[in-house]
Amino acid sequence: MSDRKLRIMVAKPGLDGHDRGARILARYFRDCGYEVIYTGCHQTPEQIVEAAIQEDVDLIGLSCLSGAHKELFPKVVKLLREKGAEDIVVIGGGIIPKQDFQYLYDQGIKEVFTPGTPLEEIKEWIDKNVKVEDRIL
Amino acid sequence: MEQERLEQVFERIKNGDVRLVSRLIRNLEDKVPEAKEVIKYIYPYTGNAKVVGITGAPGAGKSTITDFLISSFRAQDKTVGVLAVDPTSPFTGGALLGDRVRMQNHAGDSGVFIRSLATRGALGGLSAAVEDAIHVLDVMGKDIIIVETVGTGQSEVDIMNNAHTILVVLTPGMGDDVQTIKAGIMEIADIFVINKGDQPGARKLYMDLMRALDMMQDLPGGWKPPIVKLESIAKPAEYANQVDSLKEKIEEHFRFLKDQKMWELREMRKARVQLINAIESQVLSPILELLQKDGEFDNMVQKIAEKEISPHEFAEQIRGKYLKI
Amino acid sequence: MLKYFAEELLNKCSSLRKKWEDEVKKLIEKRPERRQRFSTVSDHEIKRLYTPEDIKDLDFEKDINFPGEYPFTRGVHYTGYRGRLWTYRMFSGLGTAKDTNERWHLLLKEGQTGLSTAFDFPTLMGYDSDSPRSAGEVGKCGVAIDTLEDFLVLVEGIPLGEVTTSMTINPPATVMWSMYIACAQKQGVSLDKIGGTIQNDMLKEFIAQKTFMLPPEPSMKLISDTIEFGTKYVPKWNTISISGYHIREAGSTAIQELAFTLRDGMEYVEHAMKTKKLEPDEFAPRLSFFFNSHIDFFEEICKMRAARKIWAHVMKHRYKAKNPRSWWMRFHTQTAGCSLTAQQPYNNVVRTAVEALAAVLGGTQSLHTNSLDEVYCLPTEHAVQIALRTQQIIAEETGVANTIDPLAGSYFVEKLTKEMEEGAWEYIEKIDNMGGMLAAIDAGYPQMEIANAAYKFQQQIEEGDKVIVGVNKYVTEEAQECPILEIDESVEREQLNRLNEVKRKRDDKAVKKALDDLRRVCKKDENVMPYCIEAVKALATEQEICDVYREVYGEYRDPGFF
Repeated sequence: MSDRKLRIMVAKPGLDGHDRGARILARYFRDCGYEVIYTGCHQTPEQIVEAAIQEDVDLIGLSCLSGAHKELFPKVVKLLREKGAEDIVVIGGGIIPKQDFQYLYDQGIKEVFTPGTPLEEIKEWIDKNVKVEDRIL
Repeated sequence: MEQERLEQVFERIKNGDVRLVSRLIRNLEDKVPEAKEVIKYIYPYTGNAKVVGITGAPGAGKSTITDFLISSFRAQDKTVGVLAVDPTSPFTGGALLGDRVRMQNHAGDSGVFIRSLATRGALGGLSAAVEDAIHVLDVMGKDIIIVETVGTGQSEVDIMNNAHTILVVLTPGMGDDVQTIKAGIMEIADIFVINKGDQPGARKLYMDLMRALDMMQDLPGGWKPPIVKLESIAKPAEYANQVDSLKEKIEEHFRFLKDQKMWELREMRKARVQLINAIESQVLSPILELLQKDGEFDNMVQKIAEKEISPHEFAEQIRGKYLKI
Repeated sequence: MLKYFAEELLNKCSSLRKKWEDEVKKLIEKRPERRQRFSTVSDHEIKRLYTPEDIKDLDFEKDINFPGEYPFTRGVHYTGYRGRLWTYRMFSGLGTAKDTNERWHLLLKEGQTGLSTAFDFPTLMGYDSDSPRSAGEVGKCGVAIDTLEDFLVLVEGIPLGEVTTSMTINPPATVMWSMYIACAQKQGVSLDKIGGTIQNDMLKEFIAQKTFMLPPEPSMKLISDTIEFGTKYVPKWNTISISGYHIREAGSTAIQELAFTLRDGMEYVEHAMKTKKLEPDEFAPRLSFFFNSHIDFFEEICKMRAARKIWAHVMKHRYKAKNPRSWWMRFHTQTAGCSLTAQQPYNNVVRTAVEALAAVLGGTQSLHTNSLDEVYCLPTEHAVQIALRTQQIIAEETGVANTIDPLAGSYFVEKLTKEMEEGAWEYIEKIDNMGGMLAAIDAGYPQMEIANAAYKFQQQIEEGDKVIVGVNKYVTEEAQECPILEIDESVEREQLNRLNEVKRKRDDKAVKKALDDLRRVCKKDENVMPYCIEAVKALATEQEICDVYREVYGEYRDPGFF
């Protein structure tokens, strides 16, 4: 009789410290009953990926408001692949112009949520798209 | 699980397969039955790691101390595993696991494995998952395993009983006077840490602690818990030096346990707690789950609340039904 | 005590109010009001009506008085905006130093009266463009500055003796200020002639904006160094801009913004007095502030009026400053970036106009108005022009600057000003009891207060309790797009080439010597500024200087309070 619980990492890659959105999401996810790992600001993609693997998360939510998302988000996906952890779903948010969405999708970011998105919409997306995969053992 | 696969999993743990280890710990938390199979299989190979427990009130600085301890042990080329436990919200079942934030600088060091766990609140469940995770990191080859918990309740004491050396972290001016920590924790501390020891009230805390320790009798093996003072991380170099001396105290305690043949006693203590926890999670929890599933539990609660039937009577019935005694 | 109203009037008012309330009661039984409870964007409760009774305990002289007179509720200047309008100071910076220099010249041509520099994130965090941590960030959110060579290009053709420049820079403030000073010297302008501001406010970084480098205590030391250096050699420079803007952007309430900002200011004053043995009157006139102007019109105005009043009180009574200039709170204001929406972006022009008007009625000394497209990217030239024109229309068409503090005496405005003041004092006292702002930050107190307020506001949005047009009400299906400024990826390459070029041609020995000198001074607790200026002149990079700081003082990492 197992008791699966979704584990989500909320991470802030890059040098900007605007963590209002990331923190609201982290808290909201906790209130949704998920287990949330928060990394704090100023994380390198390497730090994020290593933490995500050690924490065995199902989803990484990246938040970036510095305009460096096109560099940083794909790097996280790439590193996950290199470590054989491509099953971890990556989504992104922050100040991201619409015209960059397609590029991010092409790079393996599954969804992009920008300011003004109702929190419930994000939860619905997660519940629909993120499952605990039985793996490894 | 077949023998062959168990063998494979065991090899992969031993070889430090991080993905496997983290998923295995996950499965232990999630009570996936086959994860227990693995623990049963690897258990005879455990016993090499030294386990350090750190506990104290929220905001006492445990994660920061853990962070610096990792560096200190790593400087001696010891590999380190960390299990950081945070509470599950009793209202939503979710948890915000934030201890790791302060340890992110060890990313890239394959000698360090850090894992956050939520208490989840199941009976004996947390301690069981932590114990099992300790076994996994032990087989993974971590020399030192640091277990960090918040607070000083019974479940923290239970977890701490898995450690060879227990650190209790106190800070001045946070209501951490010696009176409030006496119950349970005072007795199990092997080392006291006064963190933020540069703040007002640190001296008083130190003196109070000294006095309380002086009054304690029957110190097992004659170990008198030392009090280590750490100051402020505003001065990281100094702080690192202070944590180095804390690490030396920890090692001194390890040596003491070995020299005084106390190690076996600790192992017996661990074994006792582990057995009790195992019984709780394997015997008691399933019974509770069964009762809850068909609503019987709620019926019983109702009747007890209405003073119709005493809890003892129900317990006797349950014992008769499930345990045949 | 000089009561605002005579007893007779108050009595009459009371009986009239009761009559009115009876009528209202009857009416709302039949037709209820739009909602049960009305509150500001900060969820500060607002009553149905304000009357003389609400301000009956105000003391006319102590609480309101006249402009230019203590406690400056009505402004620090005797003539308000009739003498001089506020400074149009648009925050700008993008790409390379050359790109930003071009934008600056354009803004000056358009009638802007002061400059304000936005740096990119590597510069803000003390990393060079060639650091692995800078990948993808160079020139994105502001201008990339690595060495004095970049800075010289940045200010080319700008007369530093005439234009004042504000620099939004915090952990590496000593470095950027040193570069500015070095540029001024190259232009032959003496240090007592240059004017401007460095933000240099680390406390709000720990509290809200999270652009940090060194732990709090050494951060305070560097700040006090700049205050001391400015006091002695650069007397027209504001060496700190104590900022509530970012606290508010992080989700605080208006009262939290007010309280934490003022308490930060007090921490700086105390530190400079204690460690530099300075008298408040020696440096307090050069302390400046920076507030947010959010969408709740009256709350903002009252916040600013209360801010001047509290600061005057603090400086006069707590720190015993004698010079009235030390009691003045002068502040810059920026309209609230967090109030803008990506949905239906042209609505942002309206929001910014209302917020700008609030800042003007609150008596700001200078103002930045956000551009409508800043929710997507750095603003395009056209969007910046609209934002600047918004200020010019308020100043020169609407007539609001014709008289001083026109809202004074409004029952509502005076009462809300008082409530802002009282709410702030409550926080300030709490933080005093915790042992000051550094101790409060260490305990995560202001961080958590803000996080709680931000979360609560978000929940109110989700539940439709608070309305954001285009987001949770009046939503249109089609996204209303606007043109977007893209920073070309070539900026990063170009900047790396420049940096390599400088590194190749500079005298490495001189750099090493300058950095060694700086290191020695850091360890000795001497003022770093003269040595930082020398290092900059020797063409040491920003990061090389910051690395010395990191090495000596250690690094601060996000403690991630929850």
